[in-house]
Amino acid sequence: MSDVIAATRERAVLGTSPTRPDAPAKVSGQFDFASDLTADGAVWGATLRSPHPHARIRSLDISPALAIDGVRTVLTADDVPGTNSFGLISSDQPVFAVDIVRFVGEPVAAVAADDPETCRRALEAIIVDYEILPALIDPEAALDPATPAIHPLGNVVRHQRIICGDPDINGEVTVEGDYEIGMQDQAFLGLEAALAIPDADGTGIELQIATQWLHEDRQQIARCLGLPEESVRLTLAGVGGAFGGREDISLQVHACLLALRVGRPIRMHYSRSESFLGHVHRHPARIWMRHHADRNGHLVKVEARYVFDGGAYASTSSAVLINAVTHTQGPYRCENAVVDGYAVRTNHLPCGAMRGFGVVQACFAHESQMDRLAAACGLDVLEIRRRNAMESGDRLITGQTVTSVAPVRRCIDETEALPLPDKAVGHGDHPYSLPGGAGLTTDTTDVVRGIGYAVSIKNLMYSEGFDDYSTARCTIENGVVSIKFATAEVGQGFVTLAGQIARSVLGVDEVVLEPIDTGVGSAGSTSASRQTWMSGGAVKEACELARDSVIASVALARGVEPGQLELLGTEIVDPIDGWRIAMTDAIQGVSVNEEAVYRHRPTVALNELGQGACHTAFAFAAHRAVVDVDVELGLVKVVQIATAQDVGRALNPISVIGQIEGGIAQGLGLAVMEEIVQVDGVIRNASFTDYLLPTIADMPPVEIALIEEPDPEAPLGAKGVGEPPTISSTPAIVAAIRDAIAQRHPEATPLSRVPVRPSDVVDAFRGLRPTDHDR
Amino acid sequence: MPVFHPIDVDEAVELLARRGPRRILAGGTDEMVRINHGAAVGEGEEIVCLNNITELRSWAFESDRGVLVIGAAVPWTELASGAIATLCPSLAEAARTVGSPQIRNAGTLGGNVATASPAGDGLCAAVALDAVAVIRSAAGSRRVPVAELVTGPKQTGLGPEELITSFEIPLTEGYQGYAKVGVRNAMVISIAGACLVVDEQHGISRLALGSVGPTILRCPEAEPLITDVILNRSGNTARLDEIVDSVRSAARPIDDHRATADYRRHAVGVLARRLVTRAISAREENNT
Ligand SMILES: Cc1cc2nc3c(=O)[nH]c(=O)nc-3n(C[C@H](O)[C@H](O)[C@H](O)COP(=O)(O)OP(=O)(O)OC[C@H]3O[C@@H](n4cnc5c(N)ncnc54)[C@H](O)[C@@H]3O)c2cc1C
Repeated sequence: MSDVIAATRERAVLGTSPTRPDAPAKVSGQFDFASDLTADGAVWGATLRSPHPHARIRSLDISPALAIDGVRTVLTADDVPGTNSFGLISSDQPVFAVDIVRFVGEPVAAVAADDPETCRRALEAIIVDYEILPALIDPEAALDPATPAIHPLGNVVRHQRIICGDPDINGEVTVEGDYEIGMQDQAFLGLEAALAIPDADGTGIELQIATQWLHEDRQQIARCLGLPEESVRLTLAGVGGAFGGREDISLQVHACLLALRVGRPIRMHYSRSESFLGHVHRHPARIWMRHHADRNGHLVKVEARYVFDGGAYASTSSAVLINAVTHTQGPYRCENAVVDGYAVRTNHLPCGAMRGFGVVQACFAHESQMDRLAAACGLDVLEIRRRNAMESGDRLITGQTVTSVAPVRRCIDETEALPLPDKAVGHGDHPYSLPGGAGLTTDTTDVVRGIGYAVSIKNLMYSEGFDDYSTARCTIENGVVSIKFATAEVGQGFVTLAGQIARSVLGVDEVVLEPIDTGVGSAGSTSASRQTWMSGGAVKEACELARDSVIASVALARGVEPGQLELLGTEIVDPIDGWRIAMTDAIQGVSVNEEAVYRHRPTVALNELGQGACHTAFAFAAHRAVVDVDVELGLVKVVQIATAQDVGRALNPISVIGQIEGGIAQGLGLAVMEEIVQVDGVIRNASFTDYLLPTIADMPPVEIALIEEPDPEAPLGAKGVGEPPTISSTPAIVAAIRDAIAQRHPEATPLSRVPVRPSDVVDAFRGLRPTDHDR
Repeated sequence: MPVFHPIDVDEAVELLARRGPRRILAGGTDEMVRINHGAAVGEGEEIVCLNNITELRSWAFESDRGVLVIGAAVPWTELASGAIATLCPSLAEAARTVGSPQIRNAGTLGGNVATASPAGDGLCAAVALDAVAVIRSAAGSRRVPVAELVTGPKQTGLGPEELITSFEIPLTEGYQGYAKVGVRNAMVISIAGACLVVDEQHGISRLALGSVGPTILRCPEAEPLITDVILNRSGNTARLDEIVDSVRSAARPIDDHRATADYRRHAVGVLARRLVTRAISAREENNT
């Protein structure tokens, strides 16, 4: 992508890739992540968690912990002054368990002590007498009305149907399959951490926190603390990745409660193993789909049934489910649909937001189905996708018309046109380029190379009538331009982009970004691929208002109509009278304070039949995976990923590429290794020893084509780019593995679950005679 | 907690002989993980670090005995390349699969053997190589084959006051190789491993299996078949299948969150066949 770098112009405006403002500090290790923060007199906080997936608390004795030297306080549900519950959509999760614990890791108490070791001993000293209850771990059983409810709100968090067109119509060709998606972890490297500083008079608190949405946190925290929102001030602390895992409350309320009780700042950090218990995960799902098509492969109807295991508490399960069911058709035209989706409660770890938000699961199923359909119709896998490719103006199975730019065909064509790897099996750039890598399991002759494709559609921004907005302020004072917003910078680079927007709109080169905190209106969440569009829109509008007011003051001083002046690059120009003034000069002496609130166009809730324009906009992507598979051992080396992505406009090409490569790494992880394993409701791999993430020896080179068709509805023409790379990369890789297996074992059962474990590959062909593998 | 940095073995074993709980720390790549996972450091416990003991961090080839003597605290990085890799390629191949560069710079063969995980890569190679552990205590010294020292999963016959000072590996002529299955392409715990050492001079071979039993397993039934196939060039598909079956029946794997017993058994058979096939090709290459 060297052409991108070459395209960098001198001014760090939109379309260039300037260095991130936080890059030097991050690269040199000087950046303060949330876990680095401390304050004078700070003591430490820690959480006692349930070891059982489902149990009744018979008694809880904190006195032995309080007796330990250096222990400052121990808090339980009795000490929560406000509401003892929180939640993003329904407030169904207790701050501290009352009577019942519903998952392994549920907080029961919190301690504050002078150092982490004393905290640990205090937690050990607390005596909890549990009566173990039967755990509900089968999501299908959760649907059975005869199963006792494990929560007062019941075991079904949401049920949504979609009935579209003629539900009884049948196609000449049908294919069906059952699919399963494992539980993935966001695995951000910067663990949960916060610093809570109580006000001297104890009536308010300041929380420095790594989060995705300051204002939502504030609202939930204030309710639990029983304080007015103004008394709870949040500042964004350095965030080391998020991917959805920081949308929910984790240690926020505990840290604030401890600080207010002890009257000292509280530092609180999770360890890696605690982090697995302390945040929500990607929903494991079971999906059945049946696709109907005519003989030429044109889709006639999709049928689907989804069961999403939401774990013990609701979090965003209902919204995740809606994303899944409304994306059942994929990026294809289809006029008829019958879909049933359930999000259920079990005694598993709670699930919620993760990059791709429900669409990851749906896409794995519909893309697996499209390959089956292609085979059943005797068509090439790309040809069937081209024949059905959605276009702008098409209606979805929810009745919503796609108004976004929808270059699905181009995504497919440009992905296919990207170069294939030029290296033969075993000749990759990495020393361990064969499957099995450093383990030296595999020789070149053991390897089959497979190719697979997948295509995706993803909604952008919040859906279903949510009042989704972002706020930004632009001030000019003493010749200095400052921008303020509460947009969580989680690593995606909004801080870079905000500067680019301001420079482009205002024609200045120096822009100061003010601290990210609750001292300005909400920016909404850094999720749903929404901040470039939403906060980008707000910063743009605030800067435009500021620019207009500078122009107005110049016009006033010059005695001309403001409409006569225009900003060209870095200068205000009067084309009629023929003079120009540099913007940096024009802003001297003016005083501007403009705030803008950006809202996307409204959406509506789905009705009972799943009809309604519930989404705002859509982005598309296609992926091609080339994999080398050691079929006999079931080991996979992904050799290359190629992708064409509908980005609208690449406002910062390096950032876009970073999102694409990183998203693919996460999609690869789900395809072949990342899974939280729970046995009888107990997590078995809460560490990076056994929760495997792709390493550099697993991540292949990525070929990228950016499809830039600016979206007229997007304030900057740009679509969100964060999620699509994670969505269709997974099914593309699995399709490629299936292709490789089929070359050795044409009769093998197609893989139907992710992550694909070595044993899944082996089981797919075992019992069959190898066709050409008698060695 | 007091931490001691003895500079020679005598000082170390004296420290270990003192009353009270002691803990040996070599690279710390197992021990610190245990501590991070909440293994409490006991009251009054003392740590004895091996890092400053030059003797433990050196190795030598004793040509008169034909033995490679590797200090227990030599880090993997040194075992993975250079002269050791030439003298003892299977140990080097095992060393290269351990963790990441950071882990290989710190972790040691002594720690790997003392940890006694059935998934220990160095342990598997040490068993196939017939390595002998040289053990010292204030009371004296003893020599125990690694295969006997390890008695079960995470269990050894080492006393609390004992220190492994080195491993003696008899050098052999002939193919040796290590292969390990993991779910990612680097930095992964073995879910099935195998190490084959062919000793042409004595006309024997040793096959050790990792991660398919409570300890590293040898394959007494398959080994003569393997020797025959390799040394007498009697290899054909049926003989190889026989070896694979025999290896699979020697395995005693379990189901856990990393893999199923069924898959481990399957995989270890595949590894055995591939190592034997590699041995045959290596021999052919040498003879042409
Ligand atoms: C990220 C990561 C990846 C890893 N990957 C692998 C892998 O791929 N393969 C693998 O096999 N292992 C792996 N390990 C485990 C570990 O690195 C190895 O077992 C390593 O060899 C341990 O050596 P050490 O020197 O660090 O041992 P330490 O942690 O220092 O000690 C381990 C144990 O051995 C005892 N001990 C150490 N030296 C002696 C001695 N000389 N005499 C008596 N007792 C002694 C200690 O008291 C302790 O009980 C990994 C660990 C980590 C953290």
